[in-house]
Amino acid sequence: MPQEYRLILKHADEPGYTPDLECYLRHGGYETLKKALAIAPKTLADGKTVSGPEQIRDDVKLSGLRGRGGAGFSCGLKWSFVDRRSGKPIYLICNADESEPGTFKDRQILHKDPHQMIEGMIISCFANDVKLAYIYIRGEFPEGARILNRALSEARAKNFLGKNILGSGYDLEIHVHRGAGAYICGEETGMIESLEGKRAYPRIKPPYFPAILGLYQCPTIVNNVETLCNVKHVVAMGGAEFSKLGTPNNTGTRIVSVSGHVKKPGYYEVEVGKATIGQLINDFAGGLRDGRKLKAVIPGGSSAKVFKAGEKFKLKKKGPDGKDIEQEVDMLDLPYDFDSLMAAGSMSGSGALIIMDDSTDIVEALANLSEFYAHESCGQCTPCREGSLWMSKALHRLTHGEGRKQDADYLVKIADNIPGGRTICAFGEACSWPVQSFVAKFKDEFVAKGEADEARRAAQNSGAGPTAELKIAASPQH
Amino acid sequence: MSFSVPAKLEAEIDELITHYPQKRSASLMLLHAVQEHFGYISKDAVEWIAAKLELQPINVYELVTFYPMFRQQPAGKYVLKVCRTLSCHLGGSHKLHEHFCQKLGLDSHGHGLQTTKDGKFSVEFVECLASCGTAPVMMCNEEFFEGVSNEKADQILEKCK
Ligand SMILES: Cc1cc2nc3c(=O)[nH]c(=O)nc-3n(C[C@H](O)[C@H](O)[C@H](O)COP(=O)(O)O)c2cc1C
Ligand code: SF4
Ligand code: FES
Repeated sequence: MPQEYRLILKHADEPGYTPDLECYLRHGGYETLKKALAIAPKTLADGKTVSGPEQIRDDVKLSGLRGRGGAGFSCGLKWSFVDRRSGKPIYLICNADESEPGTFKDRQILHKDPHQMIEGMIISCFANDVKLAYIYIRGEFPEGARILNRALSEARAKNFLGKNILGSGYDLEIHVHRGAGAYICGEETGMIESLEGKRAYPRIKPPYFPAILGLYQCPTIVNNVETLCNVKHVVAMGGAEFSKLGTPNNTGTRIVSVSGHVKKPGYYEVEVGKATIGQLINDFAGGLRDGRKLKAVIPGGSSAKVFKAGEKFKLKKKGPDGKDIEQEVDMLDLPYDFDSLMAAGSMSGSGALIIMDDSTDIVEALANLSEFYAHESCGQCTPCREGSLWMSKALHRLTHGEGRKQDADYLVKIADNIPGGRTICAFGEACSWPVQSFVAKFKDEFVAKGEADEARRAAQNSGAGPTAELKIAASPQH
Repeated sequence: MSFSVPAKLEAEIDELITHYPQKRSASLMLLHAVQEHFGYISKDAVEWIAAKLELQPINVYELVTFYPMFRQQPAGKYVLKVCRTLSCHLGGSHKLHEHFCQKLGLDSHGHGLQTTKDGKFSVEFVECLASCGTAPVMMCNEEFFEGVSNEKADQILEKCK
């Protein structure tokens, strides 16, 4: 059985570990920052010199670190896209919006070990020549914002922040910026608009790639809380050493949030790909409640496509002779990493598993998620704004006794027409994927519900004549 | 304009503005500061913030209508925010919401903010509070509560004096 590997959450839950600077320093805090600031320029064989910051960027690339916020994009590659020739300032934003339903890992870091994140952030800023950075924290974390503000002033007092940091000549300031309850602020370009003091309307790409035209139209890096913590460990261990953690192309550790119908919901930090979905559910999270059977798993936050219990996937694996062989894998035996889940048609997204047992009304579960997306669409793009609302209304009918048997097809028709380049941001995908996958994999339950409602209405209306009107009584309003 | 901001709050606001190279960026932080003090964002508050940041009132007003945390009317002295989203739903958040509504004489079908007649409590459903492993969760003003059973809910109400 795989064990937890606590790299990021090494100390967070130790008795007596507190979020203040003294405690962090006692545990070796800010030593990695000192190391980073002291990296000497290196002269290559061809006479070119590589600066300290450049060496850190190379090391992050070498580490294979992938973003922990949702897309799993290579951190080193993202940093390499930053326009360093524009002459404009470069900004960095720490994405502490943690708003993907099912996810509660950044909360642990922010509240229990804020200095680790700040150290990772200062190193990342130093590596990218950033002089001003922001932590965008969701509005629902008022305590988190206070903790961060306290931690930042402690760091400032010790000159880990501010002018001429530890005598290195490097200046950096970090401020906390609070969101105000809108999910779309987690999307990086929405976040940038929000930080500019506007509605969080995501920007269209091209041309508004943050690495080129981000905050105030300047090059901007947006990284997740956990990603920035990892940068600290990359620098501490060295990229090559870091890349030995986890599995090839899926390096490091991941804090997996497990919620829903398990005995021990919680967050578990494991080497990426070293535990399967089944192990996360049964060994780490204590398995299902007694007498219950597994029905479905959402593997990467609410936007990820659902897996049905018993589902099998054909995955390509390298055989002993180095050739690809195809292997049939049960959903529970999928290694929990970026690539396997993608190959299985879903994603590990924000690293959040939502477990549903056989007591779950799957139509109600989807209705719940669709209500979330209808509420959270920013409203800029017609397919997303209208589509998310139509889906939510149809599901509201289906869960309030007013369904029709064609609703299942109706839902898929709407969902199919939202994503795929018709919207400005990936929210279009995020709101369609649950609907597409739930209905595809549990279609009989959707159809049965609609049929039962129709039969009941027909019985009620019999005697009223064939022209009796079908009345929709369920209130679409919430 | 009858609206006046105490000197201490204004000093805090002036400091916040220095965090940004462009004043407009401070608008969310100012809205938070103002709402914390006054309990809601009045029309006068919108105009005051706009003037402070050298913006048109519409630039501020459009934020109040976009971001769910800002309100244009006073809410109850204690605002109970119950998480509505899937993991909490699986963990019984709808029962919790209903429990509060029944105890306080509010409509459990309403998901939006509802306030008791005496102005003491407001109840609303909110989206995922990022603590799905301890469902169902809720906030009472700025305080956060996890694993909220009906008994725990009653204790939370008791403490609100
Ligand atoms: C609708 C939507 C919501 C998102 N919410 C979050 C979030 O809450 N936290 C987060 O870190 N990333 C979120 N992201 C991903 C960010 O856009 C961005 O990719 C991420 O912050 C990049 O950081 P990383 O490369 O370190 O993962 C969201 C993306 C979308 C499309
Ligand atoms: S896809 Fe949806 S959330 Fe994204 S910009 Fe368009 S309307 Fe807004
Ligand atoms: S679903 Fe309630 S905290 Fe996430």
